[in-house]
Amino acid sequence: MISTYGMAAILIYLVCSPFVASILSGVDRVVTARMQGRRGPSVMQAWWDLLKLFGKESTSVNDIQKILVAAHCFFAVFSGAIFFGGGDLLLVFFSLTMAEVFLILAAYSVNAAYSEIGAQRELLQMMAYEPMLLLTSVGFYLSTGSFAVSDIIRTDIPLICKMPGFFIGLCFILVIKLRKSPFDLATSHHAHQEIIKGLTGDLSGRIYGVSELAELYEEILMLGMAGLFFITSDPVSIVWALIAVAVVMFAMSLIDNVFPRVKWELLLRYSWLVTFFAGGTNLMVLLLQAKGL
Amino acid sequence: MLYLAFLIIFPFVVAAVLMCIKTDSVLRTAVVVSGAAAEIVAAVFFSVAHKAWVPPVSYAYLSHTGNIDKLIAVCEVLLMLLVFSQAIRFRKYYILLLSALGTIPVLWLDVTGAGESTSAHIYVDSLTVIMVLVVGIVGSLICIYAVGYIKDYHSHHTDVKDRSGYFLAMLFVFMGAMMGLISSNNLSWMYFFWEITSVCSFLLIGYSRTQEAVTNSFRALWMNLLGGCGFMAAILFSVLIVETHDLMGLLKFYKIPEIMVFPVSMLAFAAITKSAQMPFSRWLLGAMVAPTPTSALLHSATMVKAGVYLLLRLSPMMYGTLPGIMVTAIGGFTFFAASLLAISVSDGKKILAYSTISNLGLITATAGCGVKSAMWAGIMLLIFHAVTKSVMFMSVGAYENSTGSRDVEDMHGMIVRIPKLAFVMTIGIFGMSVVPLGMCVAKWAALRGFIDSGNAYLVMFLCFGSASTLFYWVKWLGKIFSVSKDSVRQEDRVRKTEWTAIYPLTFTAVALCFVYPFISSSVLVPYINNAAFAGEGAVFEASITTGDYILMGIMIVCMCLLPVAMRIVNIKQDRRVLSYMSGFNTGDDRSFYDSRGERVQQHLSNWYMQDIFGEKKILVPSLVISATFILIMMSLSAVGGLFI
Amino acid sequence: MRISRSPWLLHYDGSSCNGCDIEVLAATTPRFDVERFGIINTGNPKHADIFLCTGGVNAQNQDVVRQIYDQMPDPKVVLACGICACDGGIFKECYNILGGTDTVIPVDVYVPGCAVRPEAIIDGVVKALQILDDKKRRMKQEGYRSLTSEEYRKQLEEKRADGVKSDA
Repeated sequence: MISTYGMAAILIYLVCSPFVASILSGVDRVVTARMQGRRGPSVMQAWWDLLKLFGKESTSVNDIQKILVAAHCFFAVFSGAIFFGGGDLLLVFFSLTMAEVFLILAAYSVNAAYSEIGAQRELLQMMAYEPMLLLTSVGFYLSTGSFAVSDIIRTDIPLICKMPGFFIGLCFILVIKLRKSPFDLATSHHAHQEIIKGLTGDLSGRIYGVSELAELYEEILMLGMAGLFFITSDPVSIVWALIAVAVVMFAMSLIDNVFPRVKWELLLRYSWLVTFFAGGTNLMVLLLQAKGL
Repeated sequence: MLYLAFLIIFPFVVAAVLMCIKTDSVLRTAVVVSGAAAEIVAAVFFSVAHKAWVPPVSYAYLSHTGNIDKLIAVCEVLLMLLVFSQAIRFRKYYILLLSALGTIPVLWLDVTGAGESTSAHIYVDSLTVIMVLVVGIVGSLICIYAVGYIKDYHSHHTDVKDRSGYFLAMLFVFMGAMMGLISSNNLSWMYFFWEITSVCSFLLIGYSRTQEAVTNSFRALWMNLLGGCGFMAAILFSVLIVETHDLMGLLKFYKIPEIMVFPVSMLAFAAITKSAQMPFSRWLLGAMVAPTPTSALLHSATMVKAGVYLLLRLSPMMYGTLPGIMVTAIGGFTFFAASLLAISVSDGKKILAYSTISNLGLITATAGCGVKSAMWAGIMLLIFHAVTKSVMFMSVGAYENSTGSRDVEDMHGMIVRIPKLAFVMTIGIFGMSVVPLGMCVAKWAALRGFIDSGNAYLVMFLCFGSASTLFYWVKWLGKIFSVSKDSVRQEDRVRKTEWTAIYPLTFTAVALCFVYPFISSSVLVPYINNAAFAGEGAVFEASITTGDYILMGIMIVCMCLLPVAMRIVNIKQDRRVLSYMSGFNTGDDRSFYDSRGERVQQHLSNWYMQDIFGEKKILVPSLVISATFILIMMSLSAVGGLFI
Repeated sequence: MRISRSPWLLHYDGSSCNGCDIEVLAATTPRFDVERFGIINTGNPKHADIFLCTGGVNAQNQDVVRQIYDQMPDPKVVLACGICACDGGIFKECYNILGGTDTVIPVDVYVPGCAVRPEAIIDGVVKALQILDDKKRRMKQEGYRSLTSEEYRKQLEEKRADGVKSDA
């Protein structure tokens, strides 16, 4: 069912993601600081933050909060494992959706204004990015004939050539998913912001740590998704994919620093428009190709 | 055949008995429960006897009828007269025209003998068996639920005259008609049962006889009668020109669609009205005024399913044809528009109504694709939707009877207040919206079907529509899960008969998530390959692989373990803190101090985004668009079918 | 891992002239850049390790200060920045002022100044970090737990009662 490579990839994903992702966000913080003319923290900072959270006391508001956050983390990790194990892309997204649903429920459960605003905004963000995620997997299916990641990476030419529209759309969605500035409505990485951390406002200590951990796993998954556009059957392509991911990450930091946060109406409108035009056009082209025109 | 005859006739008998028992009594409860139980047992025996698991086996019965035909003709006249009397009583004279237009030509066929047919009148194959099980089990449980519900309904609505015997009888009539409809092969018979369901829904919606109920019931009636006229046109055309009297006869024309464009379009039109697709969606919304069992029955198991059933039957003929394009476009559009509309409403039943319209749109679209994978998805959607939606309706109805409100905003913290019902509702919502449970798996398959049929617009509709679907379901779920500090359990006022219906259905909804791979591999896939498409085209295999099933199984098991896991993680309780309100809460999370130091009640509301997705903003434009589209397509097919 | 590597702080402004608040914000600007030490100004007590108070406590905000303090997860330290937060400062004799932060919650570090300079704030935070590390260690070894505001209130009352006795 799962190849040895798949198993190895899952293992590496499970073990290394938190560290790698926190280094990435550490680098992101340093880059941001340099863009603002500051020295910035150490690249290890995000990792230390995570460890600190796990060393703290956990306080909770009610009985169900804790388990919902745990379920969120479980399903986030699970979807990443499906992805790196070479599983079905659609299943990855559905599992990811479920993970998000649990986090939203956790925020709802505390019955507090800030958390609830965060939850509603997160729902809205999901509504904004979901179509593009689904379309991207449809795009992969049309260009390779399979939804399975293990089949998609066997392609001969990098898929970016066939699906540039989807890539643009996906990058747009990544801004939302990675909680970067114009679109970080539900909760923000920046200090003292987005209505006092919205969605995660009532998570604290260890429980907050679990939700942060889930986010790190999710980040790696999303970057893997971007990398998928560059991977081919040739092993050297991994290097290209890594470079591409680095470029995408840098672009994200830049966007984060350049754009002010938008209102939710604009978020929805922009992301649906981009999905419709970038994704839709590319979809039409691929479908026509599939029909042999 | 014996079972089938029982399945069709028995509900009518029960209905007759119920009409005689006017008052609420133990006897009536016993009649309803035993009648429904007998129906379930018969449905199961029927499916066993017909070896549903070995398609393409099919059975044909009743090649020669005669007297039964005459009986049906008489009943049709009676039905028409009933409609006439109601129309005259409420001065809705246009109904007369529609009813006469639909019934008289068919009568003429019966009387002149032109419609006499020697082919089998009853036809049973795997799709019939699946439908019989859905209608039999879900429908019967709804009838049981209705017994307790209607008592509460009348204690809350004292101004409505208690005609509960009649109400329960109508539910059974409905079920009998549905059984007849799905097993008929002869078009006139099918039409007869079709009309019964139309009239029955009209009577049930108008049950309370308030002004609103009457208006809505007549809206339902004219829309369905209009669809009936389409059905009639299809019958006339196929009897007089194609010289076929039965559905299977029509399906044989699989390869030469030119003559068939007209009748298939007309049947598809009838099905679109019946399944409440846009622009005919408004009757289903209006059906909300009726007592909840009516809505549950109309929405989940019967009425609207009749439409999509017919479409699924016609599905193999639709690939790339004019009716196919009409059906897919209308279905896809309805799926998208209705799911946007559902965001802006807060009335629980209204959300359910929009969600029904939207999901039926998806089934309609899959049927219109005319490819095997889409048809698989369509049938799966039908099964899952029937079960899950009835669970949802019943729990909303039970909630309304226990608390007096069915507004989602009032369901705040239900998980603590009425945990059992909240649990059922959670299963229902998860089943409707989140993978790996039922509906979403079928949606996933539908996506593959749409790609296979090469419909870019359908793929787009599905992507955008399912994102908005998630929005309104999860915010509902969020309300259930919002726990106010120190909230306490309320008294459980849900009646026993209601629980007897809700529990088995909830169990079925969960169990289906585990057994559907087997249903798929043993019944659906062979049926679609060998029977529905008669061995044409590439052999179809279910697009979801075993590995996926295992992964989804793991996910479902994990979700089922959540309540248990909750107990475990809470063994060592954390320090409890108040939820964060900038330090201003007054000791709990229900109120806070304002700038003058006074207590202010906190009220948290969901987003409804009225000015973006509101009914005022979207409903009329989408009705206009779909009406224009359907008008164009119907004229095209009429011109093409009649003159070329 | 030492908790002092990632101190997140919550800045609360009681009754003040806002001079100290501006200095706190100045500390996060490129010139002083407290983020060098991993310090983030979180704005939410549930995420914070350091409670940085400026300004005195008055009749109206005392409950707020208590509630916010109680919502912070252990280990936590309280930093009183500016002379008003230390003992009420220039507002001390006002009708509505109770005094410094330590009239309602236990304070670990006092940073004087009017207004307190960013360098002093950073210095104070660094002091607070040692205490934070110490608390973390004690939490692990001896199950140490910070006082709740309620316990602190009782302690204060007892002390006051003792003081009255000894005066007599």
